[in-house]
Amino acid sequence: MKAQVIVQKDLFALILKRLCHQLIENHGDFTESVIVGLQPRGIYLANRLSTLLTDITGNQHIQCGALDITFYRDDFRHRDVPLLPSATNIDFSIENKKVILVDDVLFTGRTVRAGFDALLAFGRPQKIEFLALVDRRFTRQIPVEADYVGKYIDTISAERVSVEWCETDGEDKVILLSDKKV
Amino acid sequence: MSKNLSVEHLLGIKHLTPDDIEIIFKTADSFKEVINRPIKKVPTLRDITIANIFFENSTRTRLSFELAEKRLSADVVNFSASGSSVKKGETLIDTVNNILSMKVDMVVMRHASVGACHFLSQHVNARIINAGDGTHEHPTQALLDAYSIREKHGNLKGLRVAIVGDIMHSRVALSNIFCLQKMGAEVMVCGPTTLIPKNYEQLGVKVEHNLLKALEWCDVANMLRIQLERQDIKYFPSLREYSMQYGLTKDILDNLGKKITIMHPGPINRGVEITSDVADHEQSIILGQVENGVAVRMAVIYLLAARIGRN
Repeated sequence: MKAQVIVQKDLFALILKRLCHQLIENHGDFTESVIVGLQPRGIYLANRLSTLLTDITGNQHIQCGALDITFYRDDFRHRDVPLLPSATNIDFSIENKKVILVDDVLFTGRTVRAGFDALLAFGRPQKIEFLALVDRRFTRQIPVEADYVGKYIDTISAERVSVEWCETDGEDKVILLSDKKV
Repeated sequence: MSKNLSVEHLLGIKHLTPDDIEIIFKTADSFKEVINRPIKKVPTLRDITIANIFFENSTRTRLSFELAEKRLSADVVNFSASGSSVKKGETLIDTVNNILSMKVDMVVMRHASVGACHFLSQHVNARIINAGDGTHEHPTQALLDAYSIREKHGNLKGLRVAIVGDIMHSRVALSNIFCLQKMGAEVMVCGPTTLIPKNYEQLGVKVEHNLLKALEWCDVANMLRIQLERQDIKYFPSLREYSMQYGLTKDILDNLGKKITIMHPGPINRGVEITSDVADHEQSIILGQVENGVAVRMAVIYLLAARIGRN
């Protein structure tokens, strides 16, 4: 397996900052908007964005939750082993709010589709937007596009993109993993 | 994370590993969150059909299973022995195979005979969940009891649990003993000598005949019902005498000098094994057990359904 770093720490920080400013452009001080990270990896991005947005806007009460989509996936019984769920933690109402769904990588689009279904079990938001740190173009299996993208990366399906976080992996970076033969 | 249970059917706790029980608990955590949402339903099992086959009376277990199945979006058919062809002389396998030929994927069964579910699992092509077989096992009750203790105390390891009452006729007791021991808890059974099977020490449990001593020893007391319907002879002189010796009252609870957790698998006979003020006491988690029952059963059904092949 060949690992290639495609977003270094400095660029990573810059991208996050840019995403925050794009969000502020559309959501102001976030009194009517909430952030929901998709489990398992999207929650790190959601938490980081929420912290940065608090610093920039001064709003100490930006609402940020975690949403698990395991029970809404379309591949139950297609796998040999069932996926075990992660925790969902949305302790605020999303009714009539603008919800920004957040995930680290947008690949086939199936996770986001399940995310929409899962989110609607909590109420009827005024609007749903989607933010992805990495958009793997040309690999979509469902017509879903992100409203905010950190970086577009052109890959083939056999490759894997991994977003690492200093909280869990020691450093912020994006890695492209590919089979040596490719 | 992804992981499979080590079993294809839930016939008893005896066949589960501690890992299996942990997987069930972890999955149940998520389902407990699901059933407290505004929309308490997930679409996961929309292509699965489940038959609830009850050859014995049941209210809460059957209701709990049915709710669990419906909240997973499974299709549900109910069958009870009264008013069925069983009364006309049909055998168990024939009855179940007839139901399965209507394309049923999973069977939840309660039966008066020990080992009925085990027998069925060897002869029919469906996932089987044991909802109680005679005086043998009642695995989902034990799982929800252990889950409720874990929720209250954080961990089962090293915890002392006393099971009080009619141990001999209780499938809940046997499943509880297996489950609690697998999770590292110490178990004591307490009741009149006539209601505790002689060889129970061999299961590694303590045996006590004095209620006060048992309560002083334990952190959690699971008070069982006297199963008069299974008793063909008299095992104690009268219910009143049993209640004097083994009934848990608020006075006893308040004078213990420590706070123990009170559980009951239901249905409660108020004034026999526990008084009303104990059943409704702040240390009682009886209604919590019922809520957890749905979450735990959803977890078991979800994990077993994952192993059903797609046609």
